[in-house]
Amino acid sequence: MPVRATVRRSFYQDSVMLMGVAVELRALPGVREAAALMGTPANHELLASAGLATPETKAAGPEDLVLAVDVETDAVGDTALEAARAFFDEHRRARESTGRVLPRTLDSALRQLPDANLATISVPGAHAKLEALTALRRGLHVFLFSDNVSLADEIELKRLAVARQLLCMGPDCGTAYINGIGLGFANVVPRGRVGCVAASGTGLQAVASILAALGEGVSHGIGVGGRDLSVEVGGAMTLLALEALAGDPSTEAIVVISKPPAPEVLSLIETAVRAAGKPVVVCALGATAQPGAPGTWVSTLEDAAEAAVATVRGSVWTPRTFSDPAAVRARLDALSAREGSRRGGLLGLFTGGTLAHEARLILEPLIGPIAGNVGAPAAGPHRILDLGADEFTRGRPHPMIDVSERDARVREAGASSEVGMILLDLVLGRAAHPDPARSLASAIRDARACAERDGRSLTAIASVVGTERDPQGLAGQVARLDAAGVVVLPSSAQAARAAGLALRPELAATMLGAGR
Amino acid sequence: MSLASLLGQPLRVVNVGLELFARELEAESVVVVHVDWRPPSGAPNVAALLARLGDDAS
Repeated sequence: MPVRATVRRSFYQDSVMLMGVAVELRALPGVREAAALMGTPANHELLASAGLATPETKAAGPEDLVLAVDVETDAVGDTALEAARAFFDEHRRARESTGRVLPRTLDSALRQLPDANLATISVPGAHAKLEALTALRRGLHVFLFSDNVSLADEIELKRLAVARQLLCMGPDCGTAYINGIGLGFANVVPRGRVGCVAASGTGLQAVASILAALGEGVSHGIGVGGRDLSVEVGGAMTLLALEALAGDPSTEAIVVISKPPAPEVLSLIETAVRAAGKPVVVCALGATAQPGAPGTWVSTLEDAAEAAVATVRGSVWTPRTFSDPAAVRARLDALSAREGSRRGGLLGLFTGGTLAHEARLILEPLIGPIAGNVGAPAAGPHRILDLGADEFTRGRPHPMIDVSERDARVREAGASSEVGMILLDLVLGRAAHPDPARSLASAIRDARACAERDGRSLTAIASVVGTERDPQGLAGQVARLDAAGVVVLPSSAQAARAAGLALRPELAATMLGAGR
Repeated sequence: MSLASLLGQPLRVVNVGLELFARELEAESVVVVHVDWRPPSGAPNVAALLARLGDDAS
């Protein structure tokens, strides 16, 4: 069972590039496991836990590329390492063929593009503050995708940004839209008249995609990072973004997407909402409006998009439990006829942290406490996991790009008598995996077959965040899941409700009635 | 530079980090310069001091 490894000194590659190599290596015949990583301390731990550490890899530093494979024969190892070398050489050739000389620093990039107005920064968290500070000092707005930036550093960055009237979107900002251009993980949506301020990347993606489905579009979607409404950060970017959208002539209504603000920050936000001079829809997941609070408060991302559409169209909005109750009833009836009585709990496997949070908020009143890594600790048969959380993304790309972790967990669920239902999100868009439904559908088929061999059933319910113009195509991705027997709902909120209904069929009378 | 320098103006982007993001912006016809970034050598505080050289005066 040989492990073969090689180290290329001073050969930095980003995590997406490295994932591409690791995926190619794992697909080679005779390769059991493969790693392509930089030699950081955290990655050395990963190599050791995967049984891929060798004396050579242990000597690698953070600037050194480590390639390691667990292979059936030495010959396979040679082939795999040569394939990796060819991958990087091909990439270098493609880059050189453009004739462009890439700058090594932000400052040298600015000499090439002196009128730049935005820096998009996605370097490892330990280095992100320095790059963001440099960008702000040079007068650039910042989209800061990097996570693992300390709260103290975030405060420092945002203070500087506010002082200079610059946006510092992030840290840990997954998505933004500026002038209709998507940054980070972004669905392809039309430009329109709804502006968004979002402390959640997937929350913004969900709202933008639903707006697109309803025939509206986004003027700007300003990301602020998940901690912006904490008492320490004080809503610095949310307030600046609200001011910007209030003054933006293309924005007719504003949607604020967040978790509940710290009480000290809430009053500042309310003041800004009152001052906006435009209709504001507030979706602070888990919070309810205080008496007299300004704006229209809603409880789900789908409601936020629908309320915003009604606002700009001057129509009346009423929240709905399901957009097509009859279809939900038919699917669930068919499920129960086929699968009989359900055993085991619910397992939510999410790539969108906010979608996971929303699902828990919807499901707990229906099925009881839900354990996992989203929100307050709880115990019981049900679990929801946000696979984009730090503990799952150490040394690897986000699960919207690297789908392997979730696919593996879906297959594990098929072998577990404790899981009777899986609830999933699939997030499409630019920068995401090119065809996530293909491997997810395959994993679900395997899991269901495994459960059936053990005399159990495994129900799969999902929603897809995306649009037809996304590179993956919404309809095609839904069709793949549908063909694998997955019940696909039009939104994450509806998927969570359908899961609750499948686990508690006696709720059908109230949930499938005329309204809430 | 101010908020008006971004909203309503064409994006002109310096991308530091994942090359994927630069390619996605280019696909949307955005002018982007990708930085061939690598971790700075030496202690982080030295890198921070070096980065301050050349800061604007404002």
